[in-house]
Amino acid sequence: MVSMTVNGASHAVDVEEGMPLLWVLRDVLNLTGTKYGCGVAACGACTVLVDGVATRSCVFPAASAAGKTITTIEGLKTGGTLHRVQQAWVDAQAPQCGYCQSGQIMAAVALLTEKPKPTDAEIDAAMTNICRCGSYAQIRTAIHAAAKA
Amino acid sequence: MVSRRFFIFSGIAAAGGLAIGYALMPLTTLGRARKIAGKDGATMVTAWVRIGTDNSVTVIVPHSEMGQGVHTSLPMMLAEELDADWSLVRMEQAPADKAFANAALAQGFLRGDKTIPSVLAGTADFSFRKIAEVINLQVTGGSTSVRFTGVEGMRRTGAAARAMLIKAAATSWGVPEAEVIAKQSKLSHASGKTATYGEMAAIAASFDAPADVPLKAKKDYTIVGKPIARFDIPPKVDGTAVYGLDLRLPNLSFAVVAASPVFGGTLKSVDAAPAKAMRGVKQVVKLADAVAVVADNTWRAKEALLALKPVWDDGPNATISSQSIFAAMDAALDAGKFKTDHSTGDADAVLKGAKKIIEATYCVPYLAHATMETVNCTAHFENDKLTVWGGFQDGLGARAAAAKFAGISIDDVSLHHTAMGGGFGRRGSTLNYLKHAIGVARQVQGPVQVVFTREEDMTQDNYRHASVSRMKAALDEKGKVTAWLHQFTEKFDPPEATMVNYDFANQASRYVKGLNPIPWGPWRSVDHTQMGFFIETFVDELAYAAGQDPFAFRRAHLGGAPRHKAVLELAAAMAGWETKPAQGRARGIAIRDAFGTIVAQVAEVSLNADGRVRVHQVWSAVDPGEVINPATFVAQIQGGAIYGLTAALYGEITIDKGRVVQRNFPDYEMVRMADAPQHEVRFIESGARTGGAGEPGTAPIAAAVGNALFALTGKRIRELPFKNFDLNTGNRRS
Repeated sequence: MVSMTVNGASHAVDVEEGMPLLWVLRDVLNLTGTKYGCGVAACGACTVLVDGVATRSCVFPAASAAGKTITTIEGLKTGGTLHRVQQAWVDAQAPQCGYCQSGQIMAAVALLTEKPKPTDAEIDAAMTNICRCGSYAQIRTAIHAAAKA
Repeated sequence: MVSRRFFIFSGIAAAGGLAIGYALMPLTTLGRARKIAGKDGATMVTAWVRIGTDNSVTVIVPHSEMGQGVHTSLPMMLAEELDADWSLVRMEQAPADKAFANAALAQGFLRGDKTIPSVLAGTADFSFRKIAEVINLQVTGGSTSVRFTGVEGMRRTGAAARAMLIKAAATSWGVPEAEVIAKQSKLSHASGKTATYGEMAAIAASFDAPADVPLKAKKDYTIVGKPIARFDIPPKVDGTAVYGLDLRLPNLSFAVVAASPVFGGTLKSVDAAPAKAMRGVKQVVKLADAVAVVADNTWRAKEALLALKPVWDDGPNATISSQSIFAAMDAALDAGKFKTDHSTGDADAVLKGAKKIIEATYCVPYLAHATMETVNCTAHFENDKLTVWGGFQDGLGARAAAAKFAGISIDDVSLHHTAMGGGFGRRGSTLNYLKHAIGVARQVQGPVQVVFTREEDMTQDNYRHASVSRMKAALDEKGKVTAWLHQFTEKFDPPEATMVNYDFANQASRYVKGLNPIPWGPWRSVDHTQMGFFIETFVDELAYAAGQDPFAFRRAHLGGAPRHKAVLELAAAMAGWETKPAQGRARGIAIRDAFGTIVAQVAEVSLNADGRVRVHQVWSAVDPGEVINPATFVAQIQGGAIYGLTAALYGEITIDKGRVVQRNFPDYEMVRMADAPQHEVRFIESGARTGGAGEPGTAPIAAAVGNALFALTGKRIRELPFKNFDLNTGNRRS
């Protein structure tokens, strides 16, 4: 049994210690907003916050999540209201296919926590997630807008 | 009575209100289809719109949303002609049923419309003979949704519905139709009478749809041409959009599949025991060319699959490699048994007598699609009926393919669309994931989600083909091209991808086919991907050989192509072509006419110390005829360029011993945020026939970047990707 807090709720899950957090979220807790893209921490589609830190959950073992506080894309809204980063994403019309955007948004939330007014260079350094549709311009616009919100 | 020439029909919607759509049924027989084909200018309305008693307008869209925005731009086109209040407009994706086949495409096809890309031949034979199969076509690809369904179908459906609502109001109020005003989903008359569309919908539904309804003039548009927020975005920012991999059903099993790593190989045997001993594993499924592990979650299936040691019969392809493939291409080009692509004048004769001849050879490798969501499909057999769920660019075609794979009637197959984590051609016609899913589901109780890992996705794709082009041209003393000879390997689609829009005298284009031993598939912009690079790089070489500026040289050869010239001039103006770039930077230019849209791009680049390129800025001038949703269109041009830039900088799939070498993003790198250039996009709305949006931005970028590199270094790189070269020296990296 591994115990963790996900989006404010406590969970005890009966999984192998080595099972990546990504699959605990997706296949055990049915929180499918966090995506599988590569399984080797190369694309960032699986990014979640672990104790506030952007983490690629596809290589993060369940055992390491024990006692931790996890925030996924589903946990960003407060009440029915979008997080300012999500709202900025809508305003910038950032998603195309949308598949990578949960991870992009979680990475941006972490970036803006650490650097409330990131420069373009800081965005380049922090936002290493792949978007195959090429929505980088809109993502950059959204991050700058969220920083002002 | 409905006119024989038109197949708009109307009726009461299930929940009341007006339903208007099209009848494709007359197309279901070959004889009937031929009759239709004989009536030039006939109009088939290809979309349905339902107007509810609550005044809502629901547009049913027979295309898939891949992020290109068609689930919004097509309703915009219909709502514009309907004069609907946009805030009341909703979207529904059409079911995978022949009643929602791409009738506009079929129509264009029957007319012999040459602009329909033959790449759409997913399940139809677009040599355009098997007309009966066109009814099973519901393709999203070839940048056709707006060009065909929108222009031919959505607009006419909206206009017809509007005319019926006006007639309903006129009849109810006892006033002439000409005096009824339809605006913002409301009907009104000078006498003070008003009604909503919803209130008049049921009466409107009692009339036949009119055949010839005038369409609005562009100057009267209130929706089309405005940046409208896309319907599909809200669920993509809060995790609620359900992609194929996100589907969760009662009693769902998860299967991870591994096919023969050698193309064409088959499964000899596999010892299932190591997998079966692992936690959560339900069964091991053998297919003719693959093995799958079924488990209670994806990760357990994936881990158990790794424990298996399947024995493969490699088949005849075990010795092929990228080297052997390119060697065969070179040999075939040497042998010279060409098919004619196009020809004007006598290029060979002019080249023979020419004083100044320029020659160059170019090549590109295979490319994988690498959609962010790996391909997958959920399937369930129950009482000999099959249900499939997944992301498909051609829902109806996939349903027909599923029936074929399962050996059952299409009537026994239901297909449900999920959101699609990228298409780019991968989820169109080559459906190995659907085939595997059906094979596994046949042997499994209950629904099963069949998943390709990233490694499987990358090594079992249908690839943009590797290709070689040999170019030769003659220049006269004034720097005009007097002969153009292009000899290349393989030709898929669209046919015009090898055309040049320059007024070169004496052109010959020819090719050899049958040199591609691995699965091929359409890849964003298809043959334009490599032809844009080959042709526009060679044109750049000609400019330098003529001692002319690359922009001026192109412009001088575009005398007969005013739209192209205007686009080229705009791109140059946007980039400040005449001004010198900053120290250490240079610019390159390229232009392509792809899927009905002309794009000229200027790229500004520099090199870093280890000889890698940085693309700082791209300027795109675009003439698509008209722009439906500018926000979406800009994003498509930018995203298309990123897709092409990834190919230019990094994209390379190599083959060794019949297998794909690259397995995941660490060895198939992508352009990321830090690599992505600033990119300004401007449009010229020339009013020419509406062009596509999704693919044109991909076509010129590799040449624009390569041409900028030459301007910077004086080294001409004639093959992609650029990562294989030290760009400071132009030498191949060892």
